[in-house]
Amino acid sequence: MTDIRGLNKERAGAGLIVLFGSAIAYAGHGYGVGTLEHMGSGFVPLSIGVALVVVGLLLGLAALLSPNDADGSPHMQHMNLSGLPDLRGGVCIVAGVMAFVVLGEHAGLVPATFASVFIAALGDRKNSVRDAALLAGVMVALALIVFSWALKVQMPAFGSL
Amino acid sequence: MEQSLMDLWYGFSVALQPTNLMWCVFGVLIGNLIGVLPGMGAPTAISMLLPLTYVMAPVPGILMLAGIFYGSQYGGAIGAILLNLPSHPPHAVTCLDGYPLTRQGRGGAALGVTMMSSFFAASVGIVVMIFLSPLLVQLAVNFGPAEIFSIMLMGLMTGATMSRGSPLKGIAMTLFGLVVGVVGTDVTTSATRLTLGMAHLADGIELGALCMGLFGIADFMLCVNRTTIKPQDAKVSLRDMRPTRAEIKQSFFPMLRGTAIGTLFGALPGTGPTITTFISYALERKWSKNPERFGKGAIEGVAAPEAANHAKTQVDFIPTMSLGIPGDIVMALILGALIVKGIQPGPQLITEHPDIFWGLVASFWIGNILLVLLNVPLIGVWVKMLQVPYRLLFPSAIFFICIGVFTARNSLFGVGEVAAFGVIGLLLMVLDFPLAPIVLGYILGPMIEENFRRAMLLAHGDLNIFVDRPISATFLAACALLVLVQVGSYAKKLLETRAQSRIVVGAQT
Repeated sequence: MTDIRGLNKERAGAGLIVLFGSAIAYAGHGYGVGTLEHMGSGFVPLSIGVALVVVGLLLGLAALLSPNDADGSPHMQHMNLSGLPDLRGGVCIVAGVMAFVVLGEHAGLVPATFASVFIAALGDRKNSVRDAALLAGVMVALALIVFSWALKVQMPAFGSL
Repeated sequence: MEQSLMDLWYGFSVALQPTNLMWCVFGVLIGNLIGVLPGMGAPTAISMLLPLTYVMAPVPGILMLAGIFYGSQYGGAIGAILLNLPSHPPHAVTCLDGYPLTRQGRGGAALGVTMMSSFFAASVGIVVMIFLSPLLVQLAVNFGPAEIFSIMLMGLMTGATMSRGSPLKGIAMTLFGLVVGVVGTDVTTSATRLTLGMAHLADGIELGALCMGLFGIADFMLCVNRTTIKPQDAKVSLRDMRPTRAEIKQSFFPMLRGTAIGTLFGALPGTGPTITTFISYALERKWSKNPERFGKGAIEGVAAPEAANHAKTQVDFIPTMSLGIPGDIVMALILGALIVKGIQPGPQLITEHPDIFWGLVASFWIGNILLVLLNVPLIGVWVKMLQVPYRLLFPSAIFFICIGVFTARNSLFGVGEVAAFGVIGLLLMVLDFPLAPIVLGYILGPMIEENFRRAMLLAHGDLNIFVDRPISATFLAACALLVLVQVGSYAKKLLETRAQSRIVVGAQT
């Protein structure tokens, strides 16, 4: 089971690199390649893109040759993690960061801080709504004292940027 | 020789200036604090505080980053010994004997020995750095763009193949990093490249946003709801910290050997700190008269790898500061901070900015003494910090990341970049790609492009310039050798596992 998934993972990775490399090479081509003596803006992106395609193809070859090489990255191994990440946690974390962007632009530091911490905290299944709100409240206080008052961050506590 | 000592004296006068000293203390303290926290190592700590250096003068900024670095390294050892948590891979091997010692009630002594061996190893590393760097610089003053290009290419290749697992994946990620570095305005032709039509991207992708996305957000997304980290109770009092005479005697020679191994491997490109610590542990067990004690609380098993780790990281600063080739991700971040300050890393750095180089060297000693002084009274606080649950830790960290990236440019666009790189980093981690080479590629990329362009202009488009000049040719050959050896040994391993799986399949049918 893991072998099959490992194989798919390897192939997907290789395919992604080839696709990405082609896109970069195409874009680089569009910027004008120039000559070796007078390089255009596209020379380097084109070379990187071509190199990516080559490496991606080699990766694909390696994946075809050895179906058993599902080592896992050292980081994943030492944290005892395998398989796919948690959906709710991941979505909440990204949503928390995006909330900071949107509310920071239009509503100010206090709502942005509260929303980002609150939403991210809800991503952890062990946090209750009350815990999340409490933690967010503490962070708002910290934001006001340390960042607004002491460090004079260029974002109003309330109001748009 | 005499000159180096004079320069060192000057370095101390720089590092002991009140503002510089203050930022060094701050860095060590914060680094120690973040390093202790589960799941956060030096790269996270440095990228979180990187935006702060943008508003500082270069010298205190670099001293602070270096302080964070060795502070967090020391903090990582605390987590490994007291709670069996390797928050940073090189400390994984410290857990093997450090945690059993804690369970026997000698955790404090293990920490004491760690402190002693790291201080000793770091001192040796600093001395090597003082005498070796000027020699390297003398060699490097006559380097033209061709040599610099070849050296940087070698830096990239060592970075790419240094991670465990497939070296091809490392190379792929280095190339991805180069692409990230291309985004923005081309300095020579002022054409905007790969901006996807976004005006904000004309300034390029921001280093802090890239790092926090990859090493902060992506990591949180990977670990949330799945970590097996459980805070436990560990008590260490001040009195426990002093190792007994027998323990000091036991760990003295392992400390020397660990230092030697770390220094040696530090000079060798392409060996990461994790490998270094594992090798020193394995050798120590091999040389021991009674190897069966290892894994059950042998103090040698803590002293040797920790010494190796600290010596290695110290020696790693040599190519970073004297040639501009970062040995690993942390060095790359420090170089990145220098570039942001408008200081070009490379052979000219020591002569043009002696205050940075010698101040940094002196601050290593000051910082390491500070670490010892800080950790004795603060150990109780660190133990408490270790027990902060992850569910409260990561949402708070997300706020610090957001506000940190915002203040770097007073723009929320960078915060959006953090989210984007978080998702990209998660995808790459799930596909087993290493992330550290991305940052290496991002930082070295623009310098490589510029030097390549210059070399080509001077040589009228003749690629032979890279092989005709002896130093450049040597580096290119070393580079090719490195890639061949790494890819070759990996291919061999692949074919072996394939043959094995065939045998297994054959036996089944």
